[in-house]
Amino acid sequence: MNDLEYTYAVARIRSLEASLLTDSVIDQLVNCQSEKQCLELLSEKGWGDHETGLDASAMLKREEEKTWEVIREVAPDLSVFDVLSYSKVYHNLKAAIKEVCTEVQSENIFYDDCAIPGSEMLGIVENKEFGRLPDNMAAVAQEAYDTLLHTRDGQLCDVIVDRAALDAIYEAGRNSKDEIIRNYAESTVAIADIKIAVRCQKTGKSLDFIRRALADCESVSAEQLAKAALAGSEAIGEYLSGTAYAEGAQALEESPSAFERWCDNRMMDTIRPQKYNAFSVGPLVAYQLARENEIKTVRIILTGKQNEFPDEAIRERVREMYV
Amino acid sequence: MILESLGIVYALLGAACAVFLAGAGSALGVGIAGQAASGVVSEDPSKFAKVLIMQLLPGTQGIYGLLVGFITLSKIGIIGGGAVEISPSTGLLILAACLPIGIVGLISGKSQGKTAAAAIGIVAKKPDQFGKAMLFPAMVETYAILALLISILAVSGIQV
Repeated sequence: MNDLEYTYAVARIRSLEASLLTDSVIDQLVNCQSEKQCLELLSEKGWGDHETGLDASAMLKREEEKTWEVIREVAPDLSVFDVLSYSKVYHNLKAAIKEVCTEVQSENIFYDDCAIPGSEMLGIVENKEFGRLPDNMAAVAQEAYDTLLHTRDGQLCDVIVDRAALDAIYEAGRNSKDEIIRNYAESTVAIADIKIAVRCQKTGKSLDFIRRALADCESVSAEQLAKAALAGSEAIGEYLSGTAYAEGAQALEESPSAFERWCDNRMMDTIRPQKYNAFSVGPLVAYQLARENEIKTVRIILTGKQNEFPDEAIRERVREMYV
Repeated sequence: MILESLGIVYALLGAACAVFLAGAGSALGVGIAGQAASGVVSEDPSKFAKVLIMQLLPGTQGIYGLLVGFITLSKIGIIGGGAVEISPSTGLLILAACLPIGIVGLISGKSQGKTAAAAIGIVAKKPDQFGKAMLFPAMVETYAILALLISILAVSGIQV
C-alpha cells in the first residue's frame, strides 16, 4: 500500500500520542500512596470511562479496547496488524485444546480482542473443525490436540503451539514490506527464544526438547542457543554477548524481571524513530505497541500498589515510555 | 496557413501547461495536507485554524500557474481583444517560458503537501511550535517563487 494512504491515520495518531503517558506521569503513579490515588490520577488523564469508574481491571481492559477501536477506525489495511495478535490467537488455541481435552471449564482464559476470539476457537476445537483455522494453524492444532489426548502432556502441547506461534510471527515478519513489522517479528521471536532457553536451562530440559521449543530467527541461532542452554546459564550469557542482545544478557544476570524490562525497553527503542515518520503504517504499529507497553506498566504499578510493594520494587519493573 | 497558426497554438499550450501542471501540483499538495489536517481535527477540533493554514500552503503553486497563464493570454491578445499574429518560433518561446512554473509547480506542490502533512504532525503534538512548523513547508515555496519569477520575466521579455 502507498505510504501516502496513511497520511490521515498518522496525523490522527500524532494527536493521540500527545495523550500517551510520559515517564514523569509514570513516576507520579509510582509515588502515589495507594492504588486508589493511582486510579484517580489515571482517570484525570482520561483513562477508563464512566462505566469503568475506578475499577482497575475494567479500566485497563477499556484502555486496550480503546486502542484497537482507534486502529480499526484509522487503518486503511488491518491485515498489517494481524501479526500483533498472533500470540493471542495461538493462546486461544492452546486454552481451547486444554479445555476440551481435560473437560475442565475455566473462566477468563481466552482473549476476545483478536482474529479468532475464545468462543469461536472453543467451537472449532470442540467440533474438531480444524479446517476452519488458517492454513498454518490447522495442522498445528490437530497435532497439539492429538498429542494432549494421547500423552496427557500439557507441556508438550504448549511447546507445539508456542513454537507454531513464533514460526507464524517470524514468517509474517519476513513476508512484510513494512520495516517495523519485520523488526517486531525478529525481536519478538529472538526474545521469546532467549526466555525459553533460560527456562529450559533452569528446569534441566533435554537438547531435543529445547530444539523443539526454539524457533529459528536471524539475530539468534536456535541451535547455538539450545546448546548453550544445555551447558548452563553462563553459556547462555556468553553466547548472547556476541549477539545484538548483549545488554539483555547483563539484565538476565541481574534478575528475570530486569530482563523482561530490558526486552520491553528494547522494543520501545526499536519503534521510537516512528515518532518522526509522517507517512506509512509504522507510526500506527508503534502507537499500538506503545499503548500495550503503557498498559502493561500501569498494570505492574497497580498490582504493586495493591500488594503494598515498596516503591523501589515497583520502580525497577517500570518500563520506559514511548513519548 | 496551418503552419502560421501554429504560433498561437504553441503559446496557448504554454498557458495551459502553466495552469494545468502547477494547478495539479497544488491539488495534490493540498489534498495530502488536507488528509493530515482532517486527522488532527478529528481528535482536536481546536487546532482547526492552525492546520487550515498549513493545508493552504501548497495552494500557491496553482495561483502562480494561473498568474503566468493570465500574463501569457493577455500578451497574445486572447484576453483583452486584438489577437496578435505569432510566428511558430515565438509561440515555442512562449511555451518554453511557461514550463518553469508548470513543472516546478507540479513537483513543489506535491512536495510541499507532504512537508505540510509532516508539519501538521508538529502542530498536533506541540501547537505552541506552530511558527517553526510553518517554516518547513514554506521553504519549499522558495523554488516555486523562483520558477514563477523566471516564467514571468521570460513571457514578458518575448517580443510579439
